[in-house]
Amino acid sequence: MINEFILALPLLLIAIGSILVLMLDAATRNKQIVYYTSILVLLGLGISAGYTLQFDVAIIAQADKTISANTIFYGGMSAVFDIIFAMGGLLTLFASREYLQRNYKEINECYSLVLLAVVGMVVIAHSNSLIMLFLGVELMSIVFYILTGFFRNREHALEAALKYFILGSFASGFLLYGIALIYGSTGSLILSDISQQIASGNYNSIYLSIGLGLMTVGLCFKVAAFPFHQWAPDVYYGSPTAISGFLCTSGKAAALVALVVVAKNVLSVETSNVNYLLESTTARNILAGISACTMIIGNLSALAQKNVKRMLAYSSVAHAGYILMGIVACSTEGFYAVAFYCAVYLFMQVGAFAIVGFIEFRDEGNMLISDYADLRTTHPALAAAMACFMLSLAGIPPFGGFFGKYFLFVAAIKSGYLWLTLIAVVASIISMYFYIGLILTMYFKNNENPINVGKMQGTKLTVALSIIGVILLGIMPNVFYGLFNFTF
Amino acid sequence: MLTDFGIILLFLIISVLFVGAGLVTAALLRPSRPNPVKNSTYECGEHPWGGSWVRFNPRFYVIALVFLVFDVELVLLFPWAVVFKDLGWFAFLAMLVFFAVLVVGLAYDWAKGYLEWDKPSPQTPKLEDLVLPKKIFHKQQKDS
Repeated sequence: MINEFILALPLLLIAIGSILVLMLDAATRNKQIVYYTSILVLLGLGISAGYTLQFDVAIIAQADKTISANTIFYGGMSAVFDIIFAMGGLLTLFASREYLQRNYKEINECYSLVLLAVVGMVVIAHSNSLIMLFLGVELMSIVFYILTGFFRNREHALEAALKYFILGSFASGFLLYGIALIYGSTGSLILSDISQQIASGNYNSIYLSIGLGLMTVGLCFKVAAFPFHQWAPDVYYGSPTAISGFLCTSGKAAALVALVVVAKNVLSVETSNVNYLLESTTARNILAGISACTMIIGNLSALAQKNVKRMLAYSSVAHAGYILMGIVACSTEGFYAVAFYCAVYLFMQVGAFAIVGFIEFRDEGNMLISDYADLRTTHPALAAAMACFMLSLAGIPPFGGFFGKYFLFVAAIKSGYLWLTLIAVVASIISMYFYIGLILTMYFKNNENPINVGKMQGTKLTVALSIIGVILLGIMPNVFYGLFNFTF
Repeated sequence: MLTDFGIILLFLIISVLFVGAGLVTAALLRPSRPNPVKNSTYECGEHPWGGSWVRFNPRFYVIALVFLVFDVELVLLFPWAVVFKDLGWFAFLAMLVFFAVLVVGLAYDWAKGYLEWDKPSPQTPKLEDLVLPKKIFHKQQKDS
């Protein structure tokens, strides 16, 4: 019998740690102390999550969960995602310090805000109750609104923050209304209870279908999936570059976990209710349509971009489409693939954004693709790293992006979504054009005055770690899969 | 048979009807003698002046935010206080943790100086800035 506090260690550590960092800032106003404490807290989150990962599912199921009243899910998938979020927070902190210093805007609140966002994400990954899920989504989103408008004297940063705030709170309204209807239909907020109610057919099918639909709208907004993706490019473009990487990897991964949590409890259940309006296959077909549209629209819009940051923003919309395939598959294999792709995507996208933020130098210069021409002469290492990330994003072996896509495609095909896989293949072929285009610009185009933005300090760590991650996951994907000693 | 949601819907309909009926009856029965003073906005006896969409000082937002922290606290505190005896020590400890988080918020505000009321420091223009530079002044004198 394990104590519940041991299982909840990652949650407690990050929650207390984030408040501690906030207080340290208020008490000492020392940038060094705040920065290094934040790093320690995130390391603690990763290590404690790794520690809880060793417990078997059966042991965790027997544990006494009276304190959380069964609203929190421990171990297994949530621990894997804790590690991913801790990694995302760390990479962001390393990259953002230098970025903020270059823009004369190193305010300690940035670090504690990143930590608070990680708290929200961890709560989402651990939620076994719809209320916990909503709390996590809100905590994360509110922090993101603030981080988006971090450069409050830049006009388009303010525009992005306001847009994100208004549309985001609207989406949260959808999510909450959906939760209310699901509660009205099944009489419970605990996801495992809801799943039992659905299996026994003891619920109101109309309310449940509408509730699920509304929840899907809310979560698809947070993921930036097709009909609700319009905010994404503006927000990722307007926020500080080091933070955009955080928004579109960890933030997206968190919203996808929310979808996984709902899907594994609701969509993967066979119901005995005859008048089930939105049965599992219909819901999955709708999600498949959303996923197909997302990847095609995202990649086609990215084709036309001249600004590197906007290009990466649109490509992140497309990647959300790929990851949705794992949820459409709605099998254990599909959810594994989602976790794997989230991890790979974290490394490649944060790395790419860190480089963009470094080359941007100061006051948003050097943002066009043409500015990257002949980068290999002034910054050969940076150019090579960027090429790695671009190849990985395009899904070319031996980088992690290839295996990420491979697992997603296999999961989708096994669940009978061959057509979706074909669309995904076509979409990733389209995406090669702009990923490889950037590499060609860096290596084979001449530039009279190629950019030189000095030496890297903190960003070096982010880029190095990202490259190690991308290559390790690419040549030894089974290392990560070894973590999955659990079933969903 | 009405479900629980059906009863709520019934309440909604009745409340709309109730208010609507009151307004319609009043409109039918009351005499209508408008004059400018009667139609002006009620401002507690003050003379109404200007539009309501004016900019106000951002320091009010800080006060509102700090107030919000403790406002929400009260909402959770009242139900807890009612059943506090039956819930026992566990609920007491849980509430203490909740308070601790709130106090951290207050302490943060205090340490960062957000509880200080920002006194405006108006910049009174200096006389030499107001007077035109000598060259331009003389030029204008000559022109006129």
